[in-house]
Amino acid sequence: MATTILSNGPQSTAPAPSGRHRNRRQGRARPNWLAGLISWIWLAIVIVPIYWIVITSFKSQSNYYLENPLVPPAEPTLTNYQMVIEADFPLYFVNSLIVTLGAVIPAVLVSFMASYAIVRGGSGRFLRWTSSLFLMGLAIPLQATIIPIYLIIIRLGMYDTLLGMILPSIAFSIPLSVLVLSNFLRDVPKELFDSMRIDGATETRMLWRLAFPLTRPAVVTVTIYNALQIWNGFLLPLVLTQSPDRRTLPLALAEFQGEYSINVPAVLASVLLSTLPILVLYVVGRRQLLSGLTAGFGK
Amino acid sequence: MSAIATSATASAKAGDDRSRGGSLSWMALPALALFAGFGVIPLAGVLVLSFTSWDGLGAISFAGFDSWRAVLSDPGLPHALWITFLVIVASWAVQTPASILLGVFLAGQQRYRAVLSVLYFIPLLLSSAAIAITFKALLDPNFGLGAGLRLPLLTQDWLGEPWLAFGVVIFVVSWQFIPFHSLIYQGGVRQIPRTMYEAAELDGAGRVRMFFSITLPQLKYTVITSSTLMVVGSLTFFDLIWVLTAGGPGDATRVLALDMYKRGFQANLMGPASVIAVILVLVGLALALFLRRLGGRDNAHSQLEGM
Repeated sequence: MATTILSNGPQSTAPAPSGRHRNRRQGRARPNWLAGLISWIWLAIVIVPIYWIVITSFKSQSNYYLENPLVPPAEPTLTNYQMVIEADFPLYFVNSLIVTLGAVIPAVLVSFMASYAIVRGGSGRFLRWTSSLFLMGLAIPLQATIIPIYLIIIRLGMYDTLLGMILPSIAFSIPLSVLVLSNFLRDVPKELFDSMRIDGATETRMLWRLAFPLTRPAVVTVTIYNALQIWNGFLLPLVLTQSPDRRTLPLALAEFQGEYSINVPAVLASVLLSTLPILVLYVVGRRQLLSGLTAGFGK
Repeated sequence: MSAIATSATASAKAGDDRSRGGSLSWMALPALALFAGFGVIPLAGVLVLSFTSWDGLGAISFAGFDSWRAVLSDPGLPHALWITFLVIVASWAVQTPASILLGVFLAGQQRYRAVLSVLYFIPLLLSSAAIAITFKALLDPNFGLGAGLRLPLLTQDWLGEPWLAFGVVIFVVSWQFIPFHSLIYQGGVRQIPRTMYEAAELDGAGRVRMFFSITLPQLKYTVITSSTLMVVGSLTFFDLIWVLTAGGPGDATRVLALDMYKRGFQANLMGPASVIAVILVLVGLALALFLRRLGGRDNAHSQLEGM
C-alpha cells in the first residue's frame, strides 16, 4: 500500500468526474469480446478454488479420495467442522478477535487524531515533520524490522502475549491510515471549522462533532482495511508467540495443516471458518470498502 | 513517495496560523509515539543489530563487520537476490496486463459486471496462509485436483520441481493480488475524461486503437502507482511462500524475506539476518525511488503538455 497517492497526476488535479461521465461506456453497443472473454476466464480461475474449498469441507475424509473433486458431496457431513471446532479453533478465533479489535480501534483513533492535527495545524514544523515521517513509513517494508521488534517485545516482557502482537500491529497500520484519513479531512470545507469555532467549540469538540462524522466513509474504509490486514497477519504471531494457546488463526491454520495434512476436508473446513468473519465484514461493508479504496487511490 | 513533496505543499496551503499548530500537536503524539517505538526505532535497530552477534536468546555482543562479511561472501545471498528479482519481474509481468484488462472491463457499467466484481474480490479476503494451504492441497500430485479428475496435465509434482514451484508461487501471488490491482485500474479508468473517447470516435478510431492511444497513456500514473505497490509488496511476500513451499524445493523459492527469517529465527543468527533486513530495506527504497523518478519526470512532462 506504499503509495496510495503516487497517482497525483492529471487525474488528481482534474475535477472529480460527475456521475454522468462515468456512464461513458453505456452508449457503446459493440461488445468488447476480448475483455469479456478474459473476465469470464478470470472468474473461473477465482471461483473454482473457492467452490472446491466449500464443497470439499463437507465431504468425509474417506469420500474425498473417491469422489470427483468438483462434484458436491453425495452425503454432506459436518464432521470436519465438528473436528476443527473441537481442535481449539474457538480459542484461536478469540485470540484473532482480541488482536484485531485491540489493534484496529486504537490504530484508527490515533491515526484520526494525528490526521486531524496534520491537516488543521500542518504549517507547524513539528507536524510537518511528523507527516513526512509517516509518509516515509509507507516506502519501507516494515516486515524487515521484525528482528528488532522481537527484541523490543522480549525486553518489554510481552513475548508470547496478545498485547505483544497488538502494539506492532497498531504501528504498522498508522502510515496508511493517516494518509487516507488526511486526504479525506482536507476536503472538509474550512468554513465549517471557522463557524464552529466562532460558536466557541474547542478543537477536540470539532474533531468529534464535525470532522469525524464528515469523514465517516474514510474511517470505515480504513477500519475494514486494517482489520483485514491484522486478521490475516502471519509474521507477527509467528515470531512473537510460542505457546499454542496464543496462536491467531492464520498461524493455527498453518500448524493444523502440518498436523492433519492427510485430512484435506478438515483443513479446508478450518480455512473456511477462519475466513467467515471477514466474509461477513465484506458483505456488510463491500460498497464502502471498494469505493473507499478506489477513491483513496484516485486522490 | 512523490507524495512527500506534494502533500507537504498541500498541507502548507491547508495550514492555518502557526500558533494553532502548537495547540494541536498533542493530538499527533499517540500515533507518533507508537510509530516511533515499533517502526522508527526498529528500523534503526536493524542497522545496529547487523553489527552485532546475537542468537535470539542470550546476550548481544558487538561484532563489527563479521555478519556483513559472512553474508556478503555467502553464495546464498546472490541466489536469494536473484530469486527475489525474478519474483518481482515475473509477478509484475503477469499481474499488470491482467489487472489493466480487468480494470478496464470492470469500469464499464453493465449490471453483471458489478456482480462479477463482487466475486473477483474474494481472494482479497483470504489470508495468505489460507490461500497457500488451499493451493497446496489442490496441487497435490496424489490427492489434488489433477489426480481426482485424472488429468495427467494437472498431475505434476507442482511443488517438487524448482521451476514448477516458482511458477506456482507466481500464479498464487497473481491469484491473490490481481483483484486489488484491477480495483486500482478500475478507479483510474473511470477518471479518464469521456470527451477523449468521443473525439476519437468521431475520428473513426476503433476500440483497440482507443485502448492503446487513450486508455493506456491516460493510465500512466495508475500504472506507476500499481507497479510501485506490486514491486515493494513483492519484497515482503513471506507468509505465502513460507506456507506454500518454505523456500523449497531446495532453495528454489528462497526469497530475501525468507532468507532473513530462516537465518534469524531458525539458525538463530540474528546478526546475519539483520544484514539481510538492511539489504531488504535498501532494495525497497531504491526501487521506490526509481519508480518515483519514472513517475516524477513523466508528471512534469505531461503537465507541460497539458498547457
